[in-house]
Parts: sequence; C-alpha cells; structure tokens
Amino acid sequence: MSDVKKIAVIAAGLSQPSSTRLLADRLTEATVNNLRERGVDAEVTVIELRDLAHDVTNNLLTGFPSTKLDAAIAAVTGADGLIAVTPIFTTSYSGLFKSFIDVLDPQSLTDLPVLLGATGGTDRHSLAIDYAMRPLFSYLHAVAVPTGVYAASADWGSGAGSVSSTLPARITRAAGELAALAAVSDRSDRVIDPFALPEGFSPVGSFGAQ
Amino acid sequence: MQFGIFTVSDVTTDPTNGTTPSEGERIKAIVTIAKKAEEVGLDVFALGEHHNPPFVSSSPTTTLAYIAAQTEKLILSTSTTLITTNDPVKIAEDYAMLQHLSDGRADLMMGRGNTGPVYPWFGKDIREGIPLAIENYSLLHKLWREEFVNWEGKYRTPLQGFQSTPRPLDGVPPFVWHGSIRSPEIAEQAAFYGDGFFANNIFWPKEHYMRLVSYYRQRFEHYGHGTAAQAIVGLGGQAFMRSNSQAAKAEFRPYFDNAPVYGHGPSMEDFTDQTPLAVGSPQEVIDKYAGMREHFGDYQRQLFLMDHAGLPLKTVLEQLDILGEEVVPVLRKEFATNRPAEVPDAPTHASLVAKRDAALADSAADAPATV
Repeated sequence: MSDVKKIAVIAAGLSQPSSTRLLADRLTEATVNNLRERGVDAEVTVIELRDLAHDVTNNLLTGFPSTKLDAAIAAVTGADGLIAVTPIFTTSYSGLFKSFIDVLDPQSLTDLPVLLGATGGTDRHSLAIDYAMRPLFSYLHAVAVPTGVYAASADWGSGAGSVSSTLPARITRAAGELAALAAVSDRSDRVIDPFALPEGFSPVGSFGAQ
Repeated sequence: MQFGIFTVSDVTTDPTNGTTPSEGERIKAIVTIAKKAEEVGLDVFALGEHHNPPFVSSSPTTTLAYIAAQTEKLILSTSTTLITTNDPVKIAEDYAMLQHLSDGRADLMMGRGNTGPVYPWFGKDIREGIPLAIENYSLLHKLWREEFVNWEGKYRTPLQGFQSTPRPLDGVPPFVWHGSIRSPEIAEQAAFYGDGFFANNIFWPKEHYMRLVSYYRQRFEHYGHGTAAQAIVGLGGQAFMRSNSQAAKAEFRPYFDNAPVYGHGPSMEDFTDQTPLAVGSPQEVIDKYAGMREHFGDYQRQLFLMDHAGLPLKTVLEQLDILGEEVVPVLRKEFATNRPAEVPDAPTHASLVAKRDAALADSAADAPATV
C-alpha cells in the first residue's frame, strides 16, 4: 500500500469562477488536512467538467473518450477518494455532471469512498444530495459518506442579524468521514486486468465439449 | 495478405442532396459494389446481417450466393453473422450451401449484434449475448465436423442423430473469424478454436483494438495452434480518397458530419487523428494503413468500409477504383516487405483442404502397417 492516497475532485460548475469549485476546494482542503493529521499524504487531481464538456458529449456520441477525457476518467476511477460537487439544476445534479458519470464504466466506481457536495441558489434544494446524488452513487456501488455538504448562496455570507452558517462545521465533518475511508483504501494500487474472464468461463460453454 | 471491403448495408439519406435510395436500389447497389470489388482486384467482400431498418441485409447467404454466381475469384464473407440470434443448425446449413455454390469462396465472421430489441424478436435475451455466442458456436463447430450429432445445451432443443445438410464442401468447414470490439471472452473463444479474430478497428482508437488483438495472439499460442505471430488477424478500416487531400476532406465532410455513427460529434480532423479513419490523398491512406502492421503485428486480412453514411453509388465505385488501383497494390508490396516467413496467409478453402490432406497423410504414415 502506498503512503500517498489519491484524491480526485469533480467540479461540475459552469461559470468561472463558480461557487461549485469554491465548495470543492474547501472540501478538498479539509480532506487533505484531515489525511495529514492521520499521517497520510494526498495527491489531488481536480477535474473541472466545464473544460471537458465537448469531450464528454463526443464520448456519448462515439463511445470512446478523447485523450484528455481518458486521463480524467482514469484519475476518478483509480482514486482512493472522490469529492463530487455539482450545482443543483432543476431539482437535480446538472446534466454535465450526469453525462460525465454516464461515460464511466458502471463497475469502475465500486467501493470508491465519495464525498457528495452540491451548490444552489436556495437552501430549499439541499435534499437533492440525498434523493438524487446518493442513489446514483449507491447504484454504482460507491461508498458515499453519511454527511453530504450543500452550500446555498447564503452559506457564503449571511446578512446582518441572521444566524451564522454551519457550512464550515459540515465541511469538516464530511471531510473527516471521507479521509477515514480514503486513508485505508488500496484502490489506487490495484491493477485492473481488462481481459479478466468471468469466473467459470469456458470457451465451449457451460455444457462443455460434447 | 487479403484486401477487401465490408458493408453494414445501411440505407442512409445523402446529406448533400436529401435523396434516399429505396431498399431495392440499395440491395442492387451492394451487388454492384461487390462485383466492382472483384473487378478492381480486391480479394474479399463481406456483408453484414441486420434485422432492423435502416439496414437491408437480413439474409446474407442469399445475397452472397447471387454475387458468387457473377464473380470468379472474390471471397465472400460476412460482417457479421449473428451467432446469438440465429439457430446454429441453420447457420451450418446456409453457409455449407454457400460454400458449395461458390466453389469454396465462402468464409464467415461471427458477431453478437448489439441491438437490444433484435434478441427478443428471435426469442433471445441480449444479456445472454456472450453465453449464446459461446454455446451456439460450439454446436456449429460440431455440426460441420461430425456426421451425426448428439447434442444438448441451454439455448436450443437437443439434437439426436442429426446430420446437417449439405455437408461442408470437400469435408472441410468454411473458415471462421470471430469479430468483437471489446469482449475478451470472444478473443478467448477464437484463440481456443484456432479460428481468426477480427477487430473492426473503425470507430474507436486503434490502441483499444491493439490490446484485444494482442490478447488473442497470446491465447492462440497458449492453446497450441502456433506462435502468437501465427494467429489469424483481420482488421477493419475506413478511407475516403481524392487525388489531393483538400478535395477529399471537402467532399467527405458533410457525410462525416451527418454519419449515423459519429456525426454531430467530434470534428473530422479530431476523429481522423484519434481513429483509423483516413480522409485524404491515396498516399495518406497508404501511409496510415501501411503502419497498421507495426501496431497489430503482421496480419492476414484488411477490410475497408467504403459505402456507408449516404455516399452515392457512383462515388463508392470511384472510391473502389482508387482503392484497387492506387492504394492496395502499394499496400500489398509494403505488407510483403520483411514479412516473417512464419506468418501464414489467411486460410482459404484450398489451403484448408491441403492442410487436412497433409494431416491425414501424416497420421496414415504414423499408423502401424496393417496386414
């Protein structure tokens, strides 16, 4: 097992700069700090999906990734921990976020620890993490940590007289949960054999040569 | 080294003028294209099998037999024959029939088919695609090699004392290729039987197919059919040519941009960089395909996709002229240069008969003399 854990970060914000990237950076920093406290170094790869939007669409149409997209896919699928942050559009993760997930091999995120993050204009969409993102990663057999972090516009600074945001505390708690799993993950050391045959496979079939 | 063309038999609207051939016109065009392939000196014509529009080729052996009657040397093959949804008994009989009618100029390529609804239309399930391909071929292989077959499997009714008819020409089954774009199970199957492996190599980067072909070669050696370099490999390809690069690009671009498979996606420039598609002068196509042996090892069969995406028949025939007269003769020389002596040619009916006879002579010589 290597001493350095690989953390991949997906930021699906469309504007530059985006609050989605801002949240992703805060979550990344907190995760890296927590890993360091555990004596674990982290190697971070940040993937801004905006930069890959055309490549993702082309992959959907042609069935293969460009070199640039292939590198991003490898960083995500070979990570020890993933921080996935999307804006909430029309009650759910953005189309670009889902399109990127759609070009991944459905088996490739199995047992990957994931921290779910989302941003939106109003805190009334905060449950989108739990009714949209969490089932998506459950389907992919990833391990989503219990705390998801949703940041509404108000979380970045409240008007005078309002209660102060709980965002920093939520970030710290979620990052701790991810770091605990990523610190003991061996995913980035695994060698995947693309030609591994299914167990019990016979070139003459289950009834054998007759 | 064999060169030829393969078609998927799509009926596609020509994006430059909005015209769409009728099914009848397209079917006759396919025959014309096949005859042209022989005329310009190509070795192989392979036809797909589909059971859903916009494709017209549902009965390859009917079409191939009709072409066989009008050609002399052309090898007739498939791209592919659906080993999943066809009854292997009917495949055994249809292709043995074609083998007789064409005087041994027939081989075939097994494929699974990737259109979900086609499977249930034939009483099958796409999720069982690989087990179907494995079991059905196991039966097909037996039907061509044993006179009377007793057999039981999961996917068709059992057979007792069944003899498929006609028997293969000269008692030698047609050569079989297995086509796959991503499944190691199929590469393993091809290697197990010592059959050919075909990578269509047209829609994805060649690196993907190189890994699959390399795996097949290793397994071919593992199963004792020869060295990895002696495994029988076929590749697809795709080209559009005019005398100069600019003219080729300008003419092909609307077909590329609207093609059913990759249209409205990457630019033609990106796609030609990333995949084996070549659009340019004959020399550019020669350069790209002469390099394939460096990536895949010396191989036996190169097929080009030339008649898709709504290209008019006249254009396709012009492309075949260029392919046959300017490109393939040069590629033949290039591929022959420094080709190791151990690398075999693609099996033909004549070579398979000779091999069988040699094996029989060997075993007769080894047998103790009888009084």
